[in-house]
Amino acid sequence: MKKYFSLIIAFAVVSTAMAQETVYPAPAYKGLLFIKNGNVHVGNGQVLPNTTIKINNGKIESLGTNLPIPMDDVKVIDATGKEVYPGLISSNTNIGIREISGAVRGSNDYRELGDWNPNVESIKAYNADSRIINTLRSNGILLANIAPQGSLIAGSSSTVQYDAWTWEDALYKENTALHFYMPSLMQRQGGFGRTQQTPDMDPAKAALNRIELVKQFLKEAKSYNEQSIKTTTNLKLEACKNLFNKTQKLFIHCNLVKEMLIAVDFVKELGLDVVVVGGSESFQIAPLLKQHNIPVILNQMHSLPTSEDDDVDQPFKTPTVLQKAGVLFAINDADGNTTGRNLAFNAGTAAAYGLSKEEALQAITLNAAKILGIDKFTGSIEAGKDANIIISEGDVLDMRSSKITHAFIQGRTIDLTDKHKLLNERYKKKYNIK
Amino acid sequence: MRQLKTAVILLLLSISSGTVICQETFPVNGVADTRSGTYVFTNATIVKDASNASIQGSLLIKEGKIVAVGNAISIPKEAIVIDCKGKYIYPSFIDIYSDYGIPVPQRTGGFNFNQPAQLTSNTKGAVGWNQAIKSEVNGVSIFSADDSKAKDLRAAGFGLVLTHQKDGIARGTGAVVSLANKADNLVIIKDKASSHYSFSKGTSTQSYPGSMMGSIALLRQSFLDGQWYKNQSSSTGKANGEGLNLTLQAWNNNLAYPLIFDANDKWNDIRADRIGDEFGVQFIIKGGGNEYQRIKEISGTKASYILPLNFPQSMDVEDPNDARFISLGTLKHWEMAAGNAAAFEKAGINFCITTADLRDSKQFMSSLRKSIEAGLSETKALEALTKVPATLLNIYNEAGSIEAGKWANFIITNGPVFNEKTDLLQNWIQGEKYEIKDDLTDQIKGNYSLVINGTKNFSLDVKSSSSADVLLKDTVAAKFVSNGKIVSINFAETKRGKKGYRLSGVSNGNNWSGTGVDSSGNAVWWTAAFNKALPEKADSAKRKKTYHSGELTYPLGNYGIKETPKAETILFKNATVWTNEKDGIVANTDVLVQNGKIISIGKNLNNSGAKIIDGTGKHLTPGIIDEHSHIAVSSINEGGQSVTSEVRIGDNLNPDDVDIYRQLAGGVTTSHILHGSANTIGGQTQLIKLRWGANDEELKYKGADGFIKFALGENVKRTSSSANNRFPDTRMGVEEVQMDAFTRAKDYENALKGPNAKNVRRDLELDALVEIMNKKRFITCHSYVASEILETIKVAEKFGFSINTFTHILEGYKVADKMKAHGANGSTFSDWWAYKLEVQDAIPYNAGIMHNVGLNVAINSDDAEMARRLNQEAAKIVKYSGISEEDAFKMVTLNPAKMLHIDNKVGSIKAGKDADLVLWSDNPLSIYAKPEKTLVDGAVYFDIDKDAAMRKEIANEKNRLILKMLEEKKSGGSSGAAMPSFRRVNTCMDATHQHGLLDIHEDENAQ
Repeated sequence: MKKYFSLIIAFAVVSTAMAQETVYPAPAYKGLLFIKNGNVHVGNGQVLPNTTIKINNGKIESLGTNLPIPMDDVKVIDATGKEVYPGLISSNTNIGIREISGAVRGSNDYRELGDWNPNVESIKAYNADSRIINTLRSNGILLANIAPQGSLIAGSSSTVQYDAWTWEDALYKENTALHFYMPSLMQRQGGFGRTQQTPDMDPAKAALNRIELVKQFLKEAKSYNEQSIKTTTNLKLEACKNLFNKTQKLFIHCNLVKEMLIAVDFVKELGLDVVVVGGSESFQIAPLLKQHNIPVILNQMHSLPTSEDDDVDQPFKTPTVLQKAGVLFAINDADGNTTGRNLAFNAGTAAAYGLSKEEALQAITLNAAKILGIDKFTGSIEAGKDANIIISEGDVLDMRSSKITHAFIQGRTIDLTDKHKLLNERYKKKYNIK
Repeated sequence: MRQLKTAVILLLLSISSGTVICQETFPVNGVADTRSGTYVFTNATIVKDASNASIQGSLLIKEGKIVAVGNAISIPKEAIVIDCKGKYIYPSFIDIYSDYGIPVPQRTGGFNFNQPAQLTSNTKGAVGWNQAIKSEVNGVSIFSADDSKAKDLRAAGFGLVLTHQKDGIARGTGAVVSLANKADNLVIIKDKASSHYSFSKGTSTQSYPGSMMGSIALLRQSFLDGQWYKNQSSSTGKANGEGLNLTLQAWNNNLAYPLIFDANDKWNDIRADRIGDEFGVQFIIKGGGNEYQRIKEISGTKASYILPLNFPQSMDVEDPNDARFISLGTLKHWEMAAGNAAAFEKAGINFCITTADLRDSKQFMSSLRKSIEAGLSETKALEALTKVPATLLNIYNEAGSIEAGKWANFIITNGPVFNEKTDLLQNWIQGEKYEIKDDLTDQIKGNYSLVINGTKNFSLDVKSSSSADVLLKDTVAAKFVSNGKIVSINFAETKRGKKGYRLSGVSNGNNWSGTGVDSSGNAVWWTAAFNKALPEKADSAKRKKTYHSGELTYPLGNYGIKETPKAETILFKNATVWTNEKDGIVANTDVLVQNGKIISIGKNLNNSGAKIIDGTGKHLTPGIIDEHSHIAVSSINEGGQSVTSEVRIGDNLNPDDVDIYRQLAGGVTTSHILHGSANTIGGQTQLIKLRWGANDEELKYKGADGFIKFALGENVKRTSSSANNRFPDTRMGVEEVQMDAFTRAKDYENALKGPNAKNVRRDLELDALVEIMNKKRFITCHSYVASEILETIKVAEKFGFSINTFTHILEGYKVADKMKAHGANGSTFSDWWAYKLEVQDAIPYNAGIMHNVGLNVAINSDDAEMARRLNQEAAKIVKYSGISEEDAFKMVTLNPAKMLHIDNKVGSIKAGKDADLVLWSDNPLSIYAKPEKTLVDGAVYFDIDKDAAMRKEIANEKNRLILKMLEEKKSGGSSGAAMPSFRRVNTCMDATHQHGLLDIHEDENAQ
């Protein structure tokens, strides 16, 4: 028997659930699922109008305009007139390890003490029940790379999917990247801003020295991991192992031209897979980034320009510069006031300032998946990949039309109820608002 | 015993100078040695003052004073004659802004948000309440001459300085002292000559004031307190309830002197002057060197100015990545700063010049010459260093020119004083000589007849004290050294020959004589006699540098404009017009704008004189109004106390903030600039229109109701501080702060109406609260959670007023019905949450629910970046709550206009309203929409095409200046490291949004 899940039914979930506690992670969906006749944005630049997606045991099996839908026990979602996209990916975030920013120390698990924490793993602190997660799913974000913060080597991030009972269930790719927060090479005058400096100290020089220490550390890690017999175990050095066999990337958080060029050293001298995170000034060196094959995660599009005389829309135009130069880049949303829920609109801004809409979409789906090393499994709506899919009533990049009606992770139908919708319902009831 | 010792030391120190005046009460160890110091300087070119032509004549001094000056003065027999042929004599300079001889106080600790606040003064004694008001300090009491410092100032030509302690907001009095090396008693010319003020609290560790506007408020209140104290204490010397207050006593006394305000920046200059105007005093203003950027406004202050010459140093811009972070404004200021004094002269503003702020007073003369190159006349320069400061200090009868009866303070130079090649030779102060540079070269330069052994004649050209040529068949360079007395000459008779002489001797004026040996070792004797002067070399020296600079823009660089945009007659044709009136959104419609107003809206409008703008496919909307903004100010939070209703954002607007332009580019035309949320009762707000390029007064939205910021919850109880000691620490306490404040205000208001009204101390803090209770000032209240919203409503109702607007108000949806009953508006964010505990229940449906309950709802920014996308924030309310697009867009236009009580002027497109309009490329709720034109009062302030042209201009101008800096480095100019042009961005404490790399968040009053 065919199960038609209409929009009305999907929304009904909202009013029946009483609290987020009763929003359950969806069980694995065995069997076939069809998303019918949608306008499918593949995530690789292509748009397939009026296309049906066939999903088998959570994997995308095929796409087509005339896929036969069997009459037996399969689930069919009618997406006629709707926009179908790959699930959006936050390529660098602290959801699940930072619940209440700043003021509530007890809710924060994103920053460990010390400079040398390659052995620290964000996933071990990841709270799959974070109240924030469901609000992000409501805006189409289904996967995220959960990154620790800190000084120098802050630890490793893992990629999770946003519908899980525990962090073990959530894990999508373990230890995706090791995070190096590069000290800033920006010249600062002593006493300017918060940090007082001694007048004779050249902060840029001090930063260079610290960067050198990181290089040294990684060289020692490489040497350590090449030993055939280890007499003394060093957990820190051990933890870098995957960097050298390239199953883990080095995410270097930096923004200035010189910082990004120093990041190249980590490719050339140490042979690592390096990703620049931040990259405010990446528009200045796009051809070099391309040449050195360094991808960029633009942490925040919605930012003011660097200099007072920069083009007022420079941050909005930066993705276009990277796109034209052929740099692999992802767009992220690191805004602390909105917990990254506006990822799609950051991409939309890039589309308003030069990217095509599909390129902008790619920057929050397939490109992000490539950078995180999960593009074999997700990032686009292509046969063989996990069915991580969202359906929107209109253009997902534009807040004017974006309305996510369905989301699927590995073919599982996600309950799009979140704390905000519940509170909305609660108070609509108070005021008798229909 | 000690006195004796001092006298001995003084005697020893001054042994080299001319006059020794005995101090009557000071015993002398040894034999008295009083001299009259009678000198006459003859044959000099004497410049008596800047306004009169120089004279050739003599100057007679005695006992430290000038006795006579002129070309026919009678010279007493006892006068020691100093021939000044070829020399110039000028009055010594006067520096009116110095702390010479006064200790520089060091600050211990300071305000740090995480440290406990210091709520009372640390100063001991019967002084005032605020540690930064130091009126009781008298410069003369803490002055002690410091000859190492005096030496440098004398070398720069100075004879007198006005010195005071540069510390605090009121700094007490200053003294005029000479730079002579004498006992402190003798160098003090005037013990109380001035009274000093600033905006900087200096070493005060007291929390209040912690902001520019707090400093202004404190000054204002101090003027009022002084007046009150004077009235109260006229009979007893003490005020009722106040007791003896030495600070206020001194405050009042100090108003009798010339009042000098250390403002240090063009806008601060104007702020200082306004305070003076308010209390009927005229400050003399110490500027910051950037006044040329707003010379019209500076001229408007009618103040006299003290100008520093600390021009920005050139930077090393070899590295383009470093050079990139230097803003165009910084570069242009580097180029134009030397023209500051010239701009004052041109504008006819009275000014003097100070050595203050120079890293080294040795730079003074070269900096002054730069000013002259940049257009300052030499006459004005001299006047600014002599007559003007003397006149300002009421000591022109004693100093500032070379006239009989005045102090014998003058400098002797070997040329016109401001010429590049001129040296200052001597500086005479109080009749005593201070050698600065010998003029040996001048003394010995010339052609001499050298005769060896009485027979052998040579012609000797002495070019300087270390070089001379012997003229034979060849011109042979001699090894020549003279120290003025001892001469040695060593030369060969031919260029390559070995035969020659080594001579040594003594100079007796124009005749030299001595002995020596020839190259064979035979002893010789010699004489040399001055023959004639060397021919002056034609002035092949450097051509006079031509001063060239780029154009002045408002503000300087960084998208500054050259001319204020004018209101135009514009006809928008065929646009989709979002009227916000009952017509709603109308397609294919024309709008005519004239004289800053909207004239008509309709189909097929015509106006022959109008500029036609085709709106086909475009959307025309009212300008965006941001109810909650923190741009364009010098400070935003006065957190020094829990109640600071006396501070006013409008006191410290900063029209140079590039975010004004950036937000015009996002369609914003009116912004409500709020005080931050550091305290329960914050400061008075300021409504502005984004008139980019205007001055601070012109930015203000005229005729609007006054508002004030209140705040509740975590910020005001300083939750993020681990060591809060400022009441309140809980929401219970917040309510008590409100109750207490309004209770005090009520009593105050009653007292002002009562029989004893004239004895009531005027309290600016309570004045603002009384205005609120009388519905003359309106509250916008930072608030989050339901409990505090209801609590505040209750307090307001108890005192008979209502909260006009709850801002932030992220739990407004929980109590929307109560807010409505109270009559409040809600101004909120579309989708902020989770950034602190009190926003855990914040939801993006908040605006929608409040709207549906019937509240007037606005979406605001609180963030300089987001403000340029407020249209998109409004669009999110459609997304989350499904309200109509028209209603959503009103949330950033008409609704905020209503809550600001300005909807009769702005917020919709209606005939008669202000022509504040935005032409969008697309539906304004779409992320793809860009403003193409933004009009304020009918003038185009942002135009996407002009913006593109301006970007090119900026790039070209920046490149020109970078090349100029490089050129300067190449030609040997000194340059410092390239320093990025950081910018302070004010936030309300809650915005964690990332700004630019060079932006420094100024969200707390960390000082």
